[in-house]
Amino acid sequence: MIRFSEVYKRYPNQHEALSGLSFELEKGEMAFLTGHSGAGKSTLLKLIALIERSSHGQVWVNNQNLTRLPKWKIPYYRRKIGLVFQDHNLLHDRTVFDNVALPLIIAGENHREIGRRVRAALDKVGLLGKERSLPIALSGGEQQRVGIARAVVNRPPVLLADEPTGNLDPDLSREIMHLFEQFNQVGVTVFIASHDLELINSMSHRQITLHQGRLA
Amino acid sequence: MLKLNLHNYFLRHLQVMLYSLGQLWRTPAATTMTVLVIGIALALPAGLYVLLKNVEQVSSQWEEASQISLFLHHNTPDQRGKQLAEQLLSWPDINAVHYQSAQDSLAEFRELSGLDSLLDTLPSNPLPPVIIIQPEGGQHENEALQSLLDRLQNMQEVELAKLDMEWLQRLRSINEAGERGISILAILLSLSVLLVIGNTIRLAILNRQTEIRVIKLVGGTNAFVRRPFLYTGFWYGLLGGAIAWLTLLLTLLFISGPVNRLAALYDSQFTLNWLGGQMFIALPLFGLVLGVLGAWLAVGRHLNDIEPT
Repeated sequence: MIRFSEVYKRYPNQHEALSGLSFELEKGEMAFLTGHSGAGKSTLLKLIALIERSSHGQVWVNNQNLTRLPKWKIPYYRRKIGLVFQDHNLLHDRTVFDNVALPLIIAGENHREIGRRVRAALDKVGLLGKERSLPIALSGGEQQRVGIARAVVNRPPVLLADEPTGNLDPDLSREIMHLFEQFNQVGVTVFIASHDLELINSMSHRQITLHQGRLA
Repeated sequence: MLKLNLHNYFLRHLQVMLYSLGQLWRTPAATTMTVLVIGIALALPAGLYVLLKNVEQVSSQWEEASQISLFLHHNTPDQRGKQLAEQLLSWPDINAVHYQSAQDSLAEFRELSGLDSLLDTLPSNPLPPVIIIQPEGGQHENEALQSLLDRLQNMQEVELAKLDMEWLQRLRSINEAGERGISILAILLSLSVLLVIGNTIRLAILNRQTEIRVIKLVGGTNAFVRRPFLYTGFWYGLLGGAIAWLTLLLTLLFISGPVNRLAALYDSQFTLNWLGGQMFIALPLFGLVLGVLGAWLAVGRHLNDIEPT
């Protein structure tokens, strides 16, 4: 599902974030991406989400060569990738419902379908009663669950998360990770960057560890 | 399926359109100020244009005045005058002549000037007999006209040969200059409307950078990001155009009383034509074109700078 082949990423300041990285994630696999801060975890996820492009080497996602993807196709590509961030990236002037509905509105879904799918996504993350709330009125854990609902609402085959539990206490973190497992169980490929080794080690999933831009 | 997609497409546009209007509604003070600036900037050239069109309309009523008035000496008898007129008619460069005796002139003057009572106090008729000549050919053959004028002036019975077109030409030149001045003013003010809208949209974009980043992250195309801003420009332009129309209406209502009284004093059929219907379409249309264009320029400049990081 996700394949890196000799991927290099060098920033304009000559810092090399990834150096000849190769690995593959199977369809329907769930894996953790670990390593110290600065090891290249975020850069790796950005390459998959096409927020950054590799300097060298090739990235394949869902049988698509991202190196060759023209700029105007990026939005359509991103609709097939669910993204979850440490700081949620929610829009604070819109309700929970509107936040979760955003990917569907962008994709041009019709009104009834949007309502149905948003409620289904909120139901999955346990926030069905909070549709009309503003994100600011929710706890950190709830905000993260809104972020997850938004990431999965258009049923992407790939779900990426960058430190999704970074700001949460251990119990909430465990809950969130469990949520990701549930999505994985229905066939979604899940790839989570995290440095919460204690939590990760308690779960039996593959770990990809980076060290100075290479596999450790 | 296509029909459904098309239906969804228009529905979405309608939603964004109303959403943009709602956004403007939520910041009434800022919106009002921007709309007023646009309205005034559009009303000024439109008002001058209306004024110019009215002057043109007045002057076109006098278009037939492109003729030569031949003022004869006071003591020229009617008999001699008529004879002269007939003689002139045989000239190749004269199309038509009309002899107007001194009495006729006085009667006409009495009718046009409204100075009835004043004229009655005069001991004798101060007006000379006149032969009004319609020259052959176009009014623009200035040299031919000038030579005709010279020949007429040199005739013994003629006191003064006057080409009535001179002042009309001057008026036309003034009009032309005015037209160009207004065109330049309109271009400059349109440009300022473009800049005002562009700058307003630029601020709106900067205010919503986070939102734009998030939209791009979840797969929003540039067109999707651009759309609400274009509709914001659309509303600014449309509302500005409507304000301009209203300003024009009120201004012309305000001056129409005196203008019509003035026209009545000159016994003229003239009434102030404020091109209301024409402007009702033109101003909002022009406004919204400028609005969308200004927004487009602003969004185009800034959209690519805002990418998720």
